[in-house]
Amino acid sequence: MFRFLIAKLALLVPTFLGVTIIAFSFIRLIPGDPIELMAGERGIDPERHKQLMAEMGFDRPIWQQYLDFLDKLVQGDLGTSIITKQPVLSEFLTLFPATIELSLCAIVLALVVGLPAGVVAGVKRGSAFDHFVMGGALVGYSMPIFWSGLLMIILFSGILGWTPVSGRISVMYYFEDATGFMLYDSWMSGEDGAFASAVHHLVLPTMVLATIPLAVIARQTRSAILEVLGEDYIRTARAKGLTPRRVVAVHALRNALIPVVTTIGLQIGVLLAGAILTETIFSWPGIGKWMVDSIFRRDYPAVQGGLLLIAAIVMIVNLLVDLLYGLINPRIRHTE
Amino acid sequence: MDNAPQSPVPSVPETPVASSAAPPSPLKEFWFYFSENRGALIGFYIILAIVFVAVFADFIAPHGPTEQYRDHLLQPPAWQDGGDWSFILGTDAVGRDILSRLIYGARFSLFIGCVVVFLSLVVGISLGLIAGFLRGSVETVIMRLMDIILAFPSLLLALVMVALLGPGLLNAMIAIALVLQPHFVRLTRAQVINERSRDYVVASRMAGAGTLRLMFITVLPNCMAPLIVQSTLSFSTAILDAAALGFLGMGAQPPTPEWGTMLAEAREFILSAWWVVSFPGIAILVTVLSFNLMGDGLRDALDPKLKRS
Repeated sequence: MFRFLIAKLALLVPTFLGVTIIAFSFIRLIPGDPIELMAGERGIDPERHKQLMAEMGFDRPIWQQYLDFLDKLVQGDLGTSIITKQPVLSEFLTLFPATIELSLCAIVLALVVGLPAGVVAGVKRGSAFDHFVMGGALVGYSMPIFWSGLLMIILFSGILGWTPVSGRISVMYYFEDATGFMLYDSWMSGEDGAFASAVHHLVLPTMVLATIPLAVIARQTRSAILEVLGEDYIRTARAKGLTPRRVVAVHALRNALIPVVTTIGLQIGVLLAGAILTETIFSWPGIGKWMVDSIFRRDYPAVQGGLLLIAAIVMIVNLLVDLLYGLINPRIRHTE
Repeated sequence: MDNAPQSPVPSVPETPVASSAAPPSPLKEFWFYFSENRGALIGFYIILAIVFVAVFADFIAPHGPTEQYRDHLLQPPAWQDGGDWSFILGTDAVGRDILSRLIYGARFSLFIGCVVVFLSLVVGISLGLIAGFLRGSVETVIMRLMDIILAFPSLLLALVMVALLGPGLLNAMIAIALVLQPHFVRLTRAQVINERSRDYVVASRMAGAGTLRLMFITVLPNCMAPLIVQSTLSFSTAILDAAALGFLGMGAQPPTPEWGTMLAEAREFILSAWWVVSFPGIAILVTVLSFNLMGDGLRDALDPKLKRS
């Protein structure tokens, strides 16, 4: 297991360095130099410009600038937002809980619905239920979620009036956000109705963000179940006279879930990409919306920092999934 | 090992085949399996219809895609009160006929799909062949580069690239092609490594075939099946991502009748004029769904390993 971990980490380091190079080059590929960018549309006096370039080290060779960038990165300094003048890292950390909360709810919904649906569809292959689940999964997988989100707003907020259109909680409530996780904070605040309001705000974005992971998980689970059900040990279990329920729940499911774990892990990228769209539609104050806003405001340090942090998160989650996979499936860690 | 689409050296059957019937042509065999899948057929026919609509948009569309009828702003679909059969799906906020815009929009979506798939296929296959044939440090560099691209959520990377290059349809297509091609590289490389040590490749090498000939003429045709499937699925991803970029204001720019861009323009009317929002989305969904249906059918028909599952 240790060697497996080392091998995975060894692959991760060059990839992460590559990611830092991309993030580093990003700001320098934009027409105009960083000082002009920070000065914005007002422009800047040439004398002052030269002085600032020297002060911030932009006149030095590019490789030295890159090393400086890495040095600052290691110390947690990701630069300062042009618009808010706040450190990029602290902005990111303030908004990140909102995205985590939404993504967690989405993945839980996707699992709670997708796993059982996939299992039953696989076991009852060819049944009406199977066709229904697979048809639904295909539609979900093809869904432009930025459109289905708008439709849900029309239906649930506009026509039925059940859910709010945007935000995380009603403006009626005010309390300290201790953790940034609205469900937890509103629960702990003890204010009447605050928690219910938070849940209300969460329902639609969660459903929208869960659409694609749900479809993928249902499809994957079904095909994993189908594959496992053809194995010899399942025939043995059946021949022993075990009930069909036990064969599926104990013998088949445990082995079928192994590839599904990887699928779930891979959904983190899908979730973060989906968060960009979902948060934009529902004005959800998370990092997806923040990235889009930063791009439109030409807040390039924020975009650079966000790009780097999101890639780092995806990579770390993928590493964890790989490790988990190695842990539950000994065959993997013993092959090269 | 055994998912090679059609091995050029067929294993000799131990008993001679009794029937004298010629084996079915590969195309016929493919169609047999493909047409067994009802969903795939439906997808295929819908795609044909979309292609037809896109090609003959000038004749089919009742109005021009950017023609504005000032007396018919935000007019509901024909079957609703206040509707009018000359604007079957209604009009948008500046009085343009939605049906006509959707019909012309089909051109953009198909064009986006074709360009993106072509770009990522050409680059992906080339890099994959190089990585699979040369191995060693070249392979390591190529594969690490692909890992770096895959470390970013695809839509985010495309979004940032478009921000860098400037918003617009062309830049959006380039960005999407870039984020999609690692899949082609990985697939090609895996196939090449699989095929490289086979007898027919070794025989070809012994006969004096150069590396380029081995790459493109000997090995590549035997790697095509999964690449065709991936291309079809990438076609739908390209349409979806381009629409998402258009929706975020970073893809095709108004007044282009691109479906995602139409949705972006319609956003402010979601609570007052449902038709401006609904129809472009349906167009995207149906198109993407058809390509995914066909992709699933192609996978079943072309991949012998999965053929009977």
